[in-house]
Amino acid sequence: MKLKGAEIILECLIREGVEVMFGYPGGAILPTYDAMTKYTDKLHHVLVRHEQGASHMADGYARATGKVGVCIATSGPGATNLITGLATAMMDSSPVVAITGQVTVPAIGSDAFQETDVTGATLPVTKHNYLVTEVEELAYIIKEAFHIARTGRPGPVLIDVPKDVQNAITEFIYPEDDIHLPGYRPPEGADDDEIEEMLDLLKNAERPVILAGHGVTMSGANAELQELAERAQIPITLTLLGKGAIPEDHPMVVGWMGMHGDAACNHAIQEADLLIALGMRFDDRVTGNIKTYSPNSKKIHIDIDPSELNKNILVDVPVAGDLKTVLRQVLPKMQDVSHPEWLNRIRDWQEDADERDILKHDTSGKLLTAQVINDLWKYTDGNAITVSDVGQHQMIEAQYYPHQRPSTMLTSGGLGTMGFGFPASIGAKFGKPEEEVWAIVGDGGFQMTLCELATARQENINVNIAIINNAFLGMVRQWQELFYDRRYQSTPMLSPDFCKLAEAYGIPSMRVTDRSQVQESVEFARSIDGPVLIEYVVEKEEMVYPMVPAGADLHDMKRRPKTGEEA
Amino acid sequence: MTIQPNPTGKITVVALVENKPGVLNRIASLFRRRAFNVDSLTVGRTHRPHVSRMTIVVDSERANPHKVAANLSKLINVIDVQILTNMPHISRDLALIKVRTDDADSRNNLTEICDLYPARIVDIGPEVAIVEMIGTEAYVAEFIERVRPLGIVEMVRTGVVAMGRGTRIYDTEYEPPVFTKNGAAKHTNVI
Repeated sequence: MKLKGAEIILECLIREGVEVMFGYPGGAILPTYDAMTKYTDKLHHVLVRHEQGASHMADGYARATGKVGVCIATSGPGATNLITGLATAMMDSSPVVAITGQVTVPAIGSDAFQETDVTGATLPVTKHNYLVTEVEELAYIIKEAFHIARTGRPGPVLIDVPKDVQNAITEFIYPEDDIHLPGYRPPEGADDDEIEEMLDLLKNAERPVILAGHGVTMSGANAELQELAERAQIPITLTLLGKGAIPEDHPMVVGWMGMHGDAACNHAIQEADLLIALGMRFDDRVTGNIKTYSPNSKKIHIDIDPSELNKNILVDVPVAGDLKTVLRQVLPKMQDVSHPEWLNRIRDWQEDADERDILKHDTSGKLLTAQVINDLWKYTDGNAITVSDVGQHQMIEAQYYPHQRPSTMLTSGGLGTMGFGFPASIGAKFGKPEEEVWAIVGDGGFQMTLCELATARQENINVNIAIINNAFLGMVRQWQELFYDRRYQSTPMLSPDFCKLAEAYGIPSMRVTDRSQVQESVEFARSIDGPVLIEYVVEKEEMVYPMVPAGADLHDMKRRPKTGEEA
Repeated sequence: MTIQPNPTGKITVVALVENKPGVLNRIASLFRRRAFNVDSLTVGRTHRPHVSRMTIVVDSERANPHKVAANLSKLINVIDVQILTNMPHISRDLALIKVRTDDADSRNNLTEICDLYPARIVDIGPEVAIVEMIGTEAYVAEFIERVRPLGIVEMVRTGVVAMGRGTRIYDTEYEPPVFTKNGAAKHTNVI
């Protein structure tokens, strides 16, 4: 069957199981958009309002489903607008394939209209990328790209397709064979020595702690994690992206770790004699000062990316492998053990946790973010997919909205991309139409990508947007309060009337200023089939506690002043 | 395994990479963004038309060779990576040195120095001569210091290439897929 390159792209997407793609047309990608008219029954194209939104939507789709998300843009500015989203997906290992148009092959290098060296520009923010110069290679490259994006440590892959390659005609034969990439061999299992060393450490540990990251869910090792924790009685601490790897009300879960994590987790890590790090990467936001990090522990680190082992923290047993495979090697040989004293100590730390007393604050006249998030959790039965943006509301979401299922807490953890939350929630809803999806965003981040309100309206996509409006760039303000003597440079923020804005887009809205209205706002959002915007006008100068200041020791947490002592 | 640097603190990493456009750029970009400090990097062809071989020398004080190798391995176009330093190997650097030879003394001196080293004069004129010197990085450096008093006016070094001794063969059977005009990819040789 003779097809144009543009048609080959779409045929290949269909064979990869793609149903929806997020994009924006333009000159160099027009042949592919024209070809879409033949495939409207199989491929739905979502027209975004800015290509950054397309990349975040593809990322949100990928995070919610575990499948590859696809975004499309034209050459030059279209492609460069994708870069923030690709970098976001790269840092959080999210499988995304981006297809960009490029000027014709003979024009490459001539500074043609809308020409950018996109493969060069995206080199550091993609797992791999391609410039296709021959139409004959196109199908093979697309198959390779999806394979690379979704296997090993997943990540974004970009395919740059010149316009003449999209227009060129060739015989289309889909490559049915497996992909053979001699330079791409993701590790599989652990070797016998490594298993013996792990078993030995597990058997002899008195104060073990599991650190469970995003890799648990990506590897599908959720049941194995639970078995490990239950049989060896090891408390589980979660990274931000590890939330949902195991139900957070499971008795072995202590909470989440790091800069704004649970104090009990950070204490447990610092006091442990064995850390078992599973699919996580010892990011500086979870370690604090690496010189004083968990000083008395042996460390096991299992990760699919060998370059993560011994990168930030030197470990005793580094294991490059697929987590599920490795745990399945270990579990049958592992003895069941218990550490009641250790668990009791951790329970004492948990009881000492101070963050929750904020819920009891009398707030006549003011609304606190923690209360909003707690009540959203309550009235959504703790069962929604939440997609948070970046900042105070993101940390408070992590503190007050416990998640029970994998892939239901989506957030930009590694890159910390403001503007991610709202478009990613649209992508998540396309991937999981049967789920209740809430974008939880701040007034700052929302204004970075609010143009996608039009996309949500045009698609009538049923996402609920919760804007936590404190009229500040709250997290930056918090740092200014703590470390810059309250010089609030460029953090007080004027916003539009969000409800009128929603009205302009034809989106129903509600403004909440009192805690008593939160339940009603959830019911209102649920009553509408389509996008809804709820603005929660909260206290302006809140703090997120506990907090490990950047670079401080992990146990050196700033705690919330006791009720009545509040500054 | 702990890598013992040679006495100069240098560690040699070799990589087999796909011989196609952009691969060197990927590697250079990786070294830059990971802040790996590299002493020398050479890339050249092998007996396989689709495979190039890189030799990378890092200073163990300034870059961790395990990190360099692990990150290189992540690049899709890098077929294999090996750290050579712990095994017996041959390493060679080549220098072309243009030296002042505008009097009889300096010409004689140059000839005498070259006799003591695997070096030879490959171009000579009334004012300057070009000397070619091949040896380990340290040996070439030593030679350069010997000729420096004569007056070096221009110099270039290729950087180190290296190969393990004996029957330890470091090779790949990699062949890229061949794209026929009917769009089918054929693997002539799958490893």
